[in-house]
Amino acid sequence: MQSALQKGGSRSEYRLLSAILILALCLTLAPVLRLFIEGVTDQGAPSLSLVKSVLAQDSTLNALKHSLITAGLGTLVSVVLGAAFAFLVALTDLRAKAALVFCLMIPMMIPPQITALSWTQIMGPSSVLLKTLGIAPPLGAPQPLYSPEGIILLLGIQHMSIIFLTLRAGLRAIPQEVVEAARISGARGFRTWWQVVMPLTLPSLAAGTAITFVTALGNFGIPAMLGIPAGYVTLPTLVYQKLAGMGTTVLAEVSVLAMLIGAVAIVGILLQRFFQGRQNVYLVGSTSRPLAIPLGSARLPVEILLWAVVFVILVLPMFGLLATSLVPAYGVPLRFDTMTFASWGEVLFRQPVTARAFANSFSLALGAAVVLMIICLPLAWLMERHPTRLSRLFDSLLDLPYALPGVVLSIAMILLLIKLPFTEATLYGTIWIIFLAYLARFFAVMFRPVQASLKQLDPAMAEAAQSVGAGLFQRLRDVILPLSAPAAAAGAILVFLTAFNELTVSALLWSSGTETLGVVIFNLDDSGETAMASALAMTIVFVVIALMTLIQLFSRRFPKGVVPWQT
Amino acid sequence: MADIDITSLGKVFAGTPALQDITTRFEDGEFIALLGPSGCGKTTLLRLLAGFDMPSSGTIRIGAREVATATKMVPPEERNIGFVFQSYALWPHMPVRRNVSYPLEIRKLTKPEIAAQTDAALAATGLTEYADRMPSDLSGGQRQRVALARCLVSAPDAVLLDEPLANLDVALRASMQEVFTDFHKRTGATMVYVTHDQAEAMAMADRIAVMNQGLIQQFDTPQTLYERPKNRFVAEFVGRGTVVPVKAIEHDEIQLHAHILGTRIAVKSDAQSQVSHVCLRPENLSISETGDLRAKVARVTYLGGKYLLETVSACGTRLLAETRAKFDVGAQLGLTITTPWAFSED
Repeated sequence: MQSALQKGGSRSEYRLLSAILILALCLTLAPVLRLFIEGVTDQGAPSLSLVKSVLAQDSTLNALKHSLITAGLGTLVSVVLGAAFAFLVALTDLRAKAALVFCLMIPMMIPPQITALSWTQIMGPSSVLLKTLGIAPPLGAPQPLYSPEGIILLLGIQHMSIIFLTLRAGLRAIPQEVVEAARISGARGFRTWWQVVMPLTLPSLAAGTAITFVTALGNFGIPAMLGIPAGYVTLPTLVYQKLAGMGTTVLAEVSVLAMLIGAVAIVGILLQRFFQGRQNVYLVGSTSRPLAIPLGSARLPVEILLWAVVFVILVLPMFGLLATSLVPAYGVPLRFDTMTFASWGEVLFRQPVTARAFANSFSLALGAAVVLMIICLPLAWLMERHPTRLSRLFDSLLDLPYALPGVVLSIAMILLLIKLPFTEATLYGTIWIIFLAYLARFFAVMFRPVQASLKQLDPAMAEAAQSVGAGLFQRLRDVILPLSAPAAAAGAILVFLTAFNELTVSALLWSSGTETLGVVIFNLDDSGETAMASALAMTIVFVVIALMTLIQLFSRRFPKGVVPWQT
Repeated sequence: MADIDITSLGKVFAGTPALQDITTRFEDGEFIALLGPSGCGKTTLLRLLAGFDMPSSGTIRIGAREVATATKMVPPEERNIGFVFQSYALWPHMPVRRNVSYPLEIRKLTKPEIAAQTDAALAATGLTEYADRMPSDLSGGQRQRVALARCLVSAPDAVLLDEPLANLDVALRASMQEVFTDFHKRTGATMVYVTHDQAEAMAMADRIAVMNQGLIQQFDTPQTLYERPKNRFVAEFVGRGTVVPVKAIEHDEIQLHAHILGTRIAVKSDAQSQVSHVCLRPENLSISETGDLRAKVARVTYLGGKYLLETVSACGTRLLAETRAKFDVGAQLGLTITTPWAFSED
């Protein structure tokens, strides 16, 4: 407190900072803390007996093993795909890089349950696309994706963008002189890459790998859609099954499971922090001109190969999804005379559940975006101006609710809100628990872009307003808000996008009447309404791509570091 | 309009003192320059005056009002001071006119009043035709003028300027100095101008506070600083010259004499018997065959119309002299010293 007063001028700023900081701390970190307390106590007294009994169960150990296998190997797939793309895009003279980057970002933005749904539509005996083409396997043949291998493959594709982004950012930070010096010394193509570029990017590759593992570990949509039919249970799906089957009576037990996932995830997060801290320590020099090592005659074949991969992982599944959404009944081949928009009409206009889900998801996503903008804008600015010990601590922890698996946060939220203190009221089962969970989960998504843009803002901008007599709220309204508006808008669109598609958190928190779109797609597919699920999924894919295009169109107006795929 | 009183002002940043026990007074309507090398505390002092930082000790008074002590302070927005930033700090999302009128909006003036006063400020700074442009479409000098107009419009008690010309090229600096001097004459406001460029300070300021290591070394008019420096730092920082130690002094009723560089010369001082050093400026040295001491030319720099000679005396001291005639490097010459300034350095 003393240091803040010493440095900053205005006491009102400090008071506002404390107020918002406390609110933000309650919002983001209180649930995590609550979960921890639940795990290590038994009826109010500190005890590890529950932990011991849950960890001794076969189902727990099996699920842990399955989680580690699928997340580990899935990460390996992501690293191979993402790193290959990152090196080629960041270092060579490929054409149409912007389009390629945009397409590579789409898998990350499409919700995992839609990824899983779309892939199952291009494989297996009942695939409409394969039937239409006449190459479907015979009826009774197994769906190859309902297997650990299927989960690994899709986890790998879903998260390759994370590796791609972190590695590309690391590669961009390498000054061109470093590579040029190697080439002038006589090092050729592969040797430059192996002896100069590779060692410099290892920290960012390691950091990206760690965070990809954490994300894959927490993924619920893919193992739920592919693993549950195959009887292959991972930790997040185990939590889901227990809670869905037995309700809140098993809350203490699933808390231990959530803590187990959280513990593995935190190891990953710490590894990521460690490697990120070692990045770019000794690099000096200009990074303004991106590297463009000529590929020569290999350029066209490499371009064809990369776009073919994009086609297979992005376009093909979407075709499958589209084909399924256009048939009258699941299993009928698609021809011009059988083509119908009946499923589209049904999910978009007739089903009350989907209409409700649209309304719920839309208002939740919009509400989260607006509330987070209102909190994050002043908070990020005040934290930049008055770094206190508390604000630095918060800065280092605020990614936790987003980085931790969604299952962990959901269980934490239930524990925190099932019985409100001093009352008999509960938020469990209402839409508010989902809303508060979204605020906690997407806090970092909003905060980081705003923070990045405010870090680049000259502090004299606000001081100039202060010297001509503008009070705290006038400064926020007239100077800080307009100058950080582009970043805040980008952050808000990202929050909207992720919240609109969200499944993991709402899958554990929904009840009848508070369904979200993610939950509805999952339930439709679960009850065999695959054509309707596909139509709804296609609609969401269109919304996602439209919003991403919107950000892309305005990306020139955003400060550096605001748009996540434009590092 | 207000005078500024500073009493035992100190500021500590993370355990390191940036300002130590400053006590001084800026008179109403004065143009003050704070001059010193980087890290001397001049910008810290300015930011304390503005209220952007809080002092660790001491008090600041502007006019009759106590604006800051170590325990409480008036926030910048309530001080009625103007601040011109090195980066200009124009708001990039507002056109020139709104940048200038914003202080009046804050003061809740009526629309016609705002328009009239804004127009007057724009006219006074020659910006009328740029009123509807955005700051990004202006040149450096025009941006600086917008910043000045923004100051002018709110009729501040004092205007604080933080190296406002540091980002401009040499030609523009000269013309902007004129703009500042005009601005000072027109408004009569107390102005405090931070700079590390002594030519700028000498050209504009009524009085200059030379700062080093968080202390004011000397606070005087430009002439006094140059001709009668109080200590070695001021003597060497302001103007060209060499400080040499005094071996012995003798004084009679009319004249003080000092032994320096092996000769006895007449000196001026206000310290009388305590003088310890002499400041030799180029104008104290004249070249003559029968000079007091012998020196060898080490370097010649053409200054336009005259030459600056860097000479080394027989005892190894570097002395600077100016001459109209050209000398070659290595030439031997005699130097006569005429009544330099002597001071006492503790």
